[in-house]
Amino acid sequence: MTTTSPPTTASTNPVVHRASRRRWTGWMFVGPFMAVFALVFLAPIAYSLYLSAFRTQMVGGTQFVGLDNYARALGDPQFWDGVARVGLFLVVQVPIMLGIALLVALALDSGRLYGTSFFRISIFMPYAVPAVVATLMWGFMYGTRFGLVGNINDLFGTSLPNPLSPDLVLASIGNIVTWEFVGYNMLIFYAALRVVPHSLYEAAEIDGAGQWRVITAIKLPAIRGALVIATIFSIIGSFQLFNEPSILQSLAPNAITTSYTPNLYAYSLSFSGQQYNYSATVAIIMGLITMVIAYVVQLRGMRKEA
Amino acid sequence: MSAPTPALAAATTGPSPRRPAPRLRTPRRGGGSRARRSPLLTVLTALVGIYALVPLAWLVVNATKTQGDLFSSFGLWFGDSFALWDNIQATLAYDDGVFGRWFANTVLYVVVGAGGATFLAVLGGYALAKFDFPGKRAVFAVVIGAVAVPGTALAVPTFLMFSQMGLTNTPWAVIVPSLISPFGLYLMWTFAAEAIPGELLEAARIDGAGEFRTFFRVSLPLLAPGIVTVLLFTTVATWNNYFLPLIMLRDSTWYPLTLGLNAWNAQAATAGGEAIFNLVITGALLTILPLVVAFLFLQRFWQSGLAAGSVKE
Repeated sequence: MTTTSPPTTASTNPVVHRASRRRWTGWMFVGPFMAVFALVFLAPIAYSLYLSAFRTQMVGGTQFVGLDNYARALGDPQFWDGVARVGLFLVVQVPIMLGIALLVALALDSGRLYGTSFFRISIFMPYAVPAVVATLMWGFMYGTRFGLVGNINDLFGTSLPNPLSPDLVLASIGNIVTWEFVGYNMLIFYAALRVVPHSLYEAAEIDGAGQWRVITAIKLPAIRGALVIATIFSIIGSFQLFNEPSILQSLAPNAITTSYTPNLYAYSLSFSGQQYNYSATVAIIMGLITMVIAYVVQLRGMRKEA
Repeated sequence: MSAPTPALAAATTGPSPRRPAPRLRTPRRGGGSRARRSPLLTVLTALVGIYALVPLAWLVVNATKTQGDLFSSFGLWFGDSFALWDNIQATLAYDDGVFGRWFANTVLYVVVGAGGATFLAVLGGYALAKFDFPGKRAVFAVVIGAVAVPGTALAVPTFLMFSQMGLTNTPWAVIVPSLISPFGLYLMWTFAAEAIPGELLEAARIDGAGEFRTFFRVSLPLLAPGIVTVLLFTTVATWNNYFLPLIMLRDSTWYPLTLGLNAWNAQAATAGGEAIFNLVITGALLTILPLVVAFLFLQRFWQSGLAAGSVKE
């Protein structure tokens, strides 16, 4: 609806009057959201920027240091190790998770399964499980002495490696995250597939297109928006990786350091080290990296193919 | 709140619907002329289904074991004793019934936090879908931009701000940040754009109904399926929230279930701490039960809302 007529002063025309009043009506509805949003999003971001420009020392108190904190972060190997780790996690885990989610969504949508609705709800179910519970469960199962891995080794005389060893713990975290979110992403893709107009399928059928052609030429382009959104959310999630490694720390203290991921690092800096200024800086740089990558993905994903 | 059936909601999408109503309960032909059921495809999907369900089965099985059985019996089969009821009793009784307290806290955070988040998202999404107002594009840009900022990056400054306001270690510290659901706003925006015909609003206004009366009497009933979907997602987010309370709460009195379980689990690793793994596992089962039940029983509503919400790109 467009009500862009300029508000005329001293107008007695009721239509114009109503239009001008309605220009601001939208704010009555969106105002409450924006007010809370300003408090819990905008204010902390601004405060973070402010904090990152200062340093607090025992001697001399708080002083303005400009970009010193940023220079320190850019040369901090602990920070970059964490960034590299979540980068590796992203490159491996996100495609696997979204790939499985997409295949399952296409299978459910094809109408060729026995028990479609059962699979749909079963595969989505892990989304209802809190990260804490998921990590505790998998952590117990990963155990080589009492866990499922240990059971299998005892039964079959195999010697499966310890999933919580330093070499494997990142893959084990990837498995937990995949388990938690594969169904959620599947549901987003599936919901997008359900609303593809039938007429397209009928047209493809007349043209003699096979199943595979229908998927590549109709279904995937039709759900491109959902694919991009899911990819962006997954990238943000990878960069924010915190819950799973933080909870696994008690089980694998040697494998997961306090700077294992950038977020874990920022958390440790703040709550163990009281280095609020530097912690805020690490968080800001991480936010910037996330935003840039998410933006690039969006540009590439939304670009219309010639 | 009585939610209309998906079909009814879809029937109100105006005079020229650009798509058929999504009927999620009935299998639909997926582009082939005759969808023949495929055993192979079913088996492949079943593998993913097994992957999804095995850990949950593990949880159910192991909630029936005593602590001794946990370590001596095979993980995916029952132990010698069936101790489920004893475990549940022990979980509820441990530490003067602190589990019940955590459960009540979680319910409080969900009712106020997720309920409030849904309310704000519905109002905001409705405004974005159905009104032109100055700064509308800016609102959208700011919200989308802020979503890209890691929530955990916001946590530290939020903690410092709240501690200066004296809000840390109170329920407010958990509830206020969970009032904002950008995804809920987006979902509601796309849903409202589809579900509420502009002509209907025009008619209500011409009849002299005020904006709020129009919203509550005309728009809200049409938005019901979308509201259930948003409510489900905000509920899951609040119920499963871990990082925010971890930072904001020092005192276990206000813990939600997730933090409580983690504290119980960590107890075994502390010096002189009692290992209560059977209670951790049983508590975990009790924690996910309400959400699993909600998922199963509200399937029809949230799926229809999600389908309509995914129309716009």
